[in-house]
Amino acid sequence: MDLGVKSTPYTSSNASWKSAADAVPGRFPAGLKVLVVDDDPTCLRILEKMLKNCLYEVTTCNRAEVALNFLRDHKNGCDIVISDVHMPDMDGFKLLEHVGLEMDLPVIMMSADDSKQVVMKGVTHGACDYLIKPVRIEALKNIWQHVVRKKQHELKDKDLEHSGSVEEGDRQPKTYEDADCSHSANEGNWKNSKRRKDEEDEAEDRDDTSALKKPRVVWSVELHQQFVTAVNQLGIDKAVPKKILELMNVPGLTRENVASHLQKYRLYLRRLSGVSQHHNGLGSPFMGATDAQFVSMSSLNSVDLQALAASAHIPNHSLASIQAAALGRATSKSPIPLPLVDQRNIFNFENPKLRFGEGQNESSSKQVNLLHGVPMNMNSKQLSSLHQSALSNMNMHTHPQTSQSSSLMMQMAQLQPQLRPQNLNDIKGSRNGIEIISGPQYTSHPKPSTSADFTSQSKDFSGNKAFPLPCNSGMSGAVMKGSRAFLPNYDVLNNLNQSRNQEWRMQNAGSSFGLPQHSSIQRGLDVSSSLGESRILPANKASLSLVEGHGNTPNVSQHLNFPAYDKSLRSKAERLPGMGFQNGLLHERFGQEDLMSALLKQQQEGMVVPVETEFGYDGYQLDNLPV
Amino acid sequence: MQRQLANMKQSLFDQGYLDEQFIQLEELQDDANPNFVEEVVTLYYRDSARLIQSIEQALEKSPLDFSKLECLMHQFKGSSSSIGAKRVKSECTQFKEYCRVGNSDGCKRTFQQLKKEYATLKKKVEVYFQFARQIGPVEKACRSK
Repeated sequence: MDLGVKSTPYTSSNASWKSAADAVPGRFPAGLKVLVVDDDPTCLRILEKMLKNCLYEVTTCNRAEVALNFLRDHKNGCDIVISDVHMPDMDGFKLLEHVGLEMDLPVIMMSADDSKQVVMKGVTHGACDYLIKPVRIEALKNIWQHVVRKKQHELKDKDLEHSGSVEEGDRQPKTYEDADCSHSANEGNWKNSKRRKDEEDEAEDRDDTSALKKPRVVWSVELHQQFVTAVNQLGIDKAVPKKILELMNVPGLTRENVASHLQKYRLYLRRLSGVSQHHNGLGSPFMGATDAQFVSMSSLNSVDLQALAASAHIPNHSLASIQAAALGRATSKSPIPLPLVDQRNIFNFENPKLRFGEGQNESSSKQVNLLHGVPMNMNSKQLSSLHQSALSNMNMHTHPQTSQSSSLMMQMAQLQPQLRPQNLNDIKGSRNGIEIISGPQYTSHPKPSTSADFTSQSKDFSGNKAFPLPCNSGMSGAVMKGSRAFLPNYDVLNNLNQSRNQEWRMQNAGSSFGLPQHSSIQRGLDVSSSLGESRILPANKASLSLVEGHGNTPNVSQHLNFPAYDKSLRSKAERLPGMGFQNGLLHERFGQEDLMSALLKQQQEGMVVPVETEFGYDGYQLDNLPV
Repeated sequence: MQRQLANMKQSLFDQGYLDEQFIQLEELQDDANPNFVEEVVTLYYRDSARLIQSIEQALEKSPLDFSKLECLMHQFKGSSSSIGAKRVKSECTQFKEYCRVGNSDGCKRTFQQLKKEYATLKKKVEVYFQFARQIGPVEKACRSK
């Protein structure tokens, strides 16, 4: 196959695997399909030879985008991916995320760089292994274990989700045995045996079962949106695969597919919330009812960030970096594939028609689908609701500017096709609230202060929040706070979003909110509370408290008005060192900013909250991945 | 002849030009790919030539962009280590360290050193491969590792 991809005779069907296995009976894992991505031709050649010597089927690629296209075009064409970390066209971690989200394949990272941070990054991004170059053949001999392990987990997931078929459990060990027993008569093809089990599973518990062969499901943007919508409809706690599947009503999708995706989704959400919590140091008090929101905010933050970035026309790489940073921050969780949202998704604001009163920036035209392919599990209702609201917000088409804020929302919207424009009404009056400055572009945006009305109500997220992100052109300054940025770093945003229906007036004069990087929501909350701003938070005290709890507001700190607050906030704020976000990106903080801005307004008319992200870009290249 | 070849190789190892990774490459060689190692090394020299050039150009700028240099060198180091070019690799490490601390002179000096090692190795392996080819495939297969 020639997509600039050199490959050994490759067939996408099982047949190749089977024949390879049959050809060398008892030699599992021979025939394992490996895709190697490395821009260094010397390394690529060596790896190819090594893998061939391991009797694997090798496809090589020197560009990440080509590799992704290959994977997308050949659904069963690959069992495992090995990728270099440093590549010119796309960062290896980004590729890792994409693969994890879209194709759910195990990915091994490799690099000559053996520093702890990089290895950790691999872990947090969901790599199943990390090899140090120069790679030895011994290291490659055992990569099949990652494939088996993953399959095992998937089957286990199915088991868990399964409505209780005892047989499954019985079958499982048997299947695995078969897999391991390379000389079993029928099971020369271990994969087949697994498939068989899958088939049995499917036949057993699914009425609308798919084909005999269990094809790998690609969780496209749309599919994921449907998924998230369904999850939100059911409520994150009540979302069971069967029901989700029914709601989604996608032919050919099996409960198992949904189950494993749900698991990932939950892990993702958990991770995001965990990161936020970690970063914000949110104490339990705040997490009560709000954690979910909070978590969702975190999760959304990253999404928002991207969305905002997208809307803000953030250069791809900055978005990527932000995302990477955001994702990278989520360290506590197990390697969950980061919801790598296709750039195009992110920048795809079409759907979200956020109706922001203000001029919505063109970003709205891009739908940000940060959550695309994110196998996250909303571990909290809030998250679901956030998503919903985000989506709803997103659906509301807003002007480009607002779209920024809605970028988050959009993302959510993407996740959830149903948008409720109701929120938009709230936003109507908002002026470009927050400008999300993503990276350099926004830093110098002096945007008219806009007030973003973020009606983020943690509980009410479902589509009621319109996060008016008055973003000036392209700057989704306010990351959809409402939508809970997924960026853990932007706790602020999270907090804000989660919050409540408060109206955040973001004075976004120019564009950058001084976001003191710590998006600790707490800060924001502190600020708001300190400001005693109730008008901004007409909302429930709950939200306020939430805000307080989160104390985010690094952004606010930037406000001159809150120098004092800054300090207090700062203390809580967490640094997001990894975030290479520029001020513009702090749109996430957006929520907080809004709040703050509202508060600030009181104090100072026409205060502009510059959103400055203190994060420098860490050089991730966010490429537009053609899908 | 065979022994000569073995000695040649041994001396390359003894003098620190090549390391273990080279042996890994040799082990990959088989009847289907009898000249695998030579192919890879050739590929390396061809590909790294442009890297060397990029680094050279970057070193001419003033002030030096250390992060870019470090990045380029990282790539170069990765390549070099994958063929077992031991001395070249250590120069790369040194260079990266100078980049890290922002030592322009150190970088430039090290780079010159690196180029020397790079060129020397190239000559040596060329001789080696030539010799190996002369010996012939049969003996190659029997060649002790």
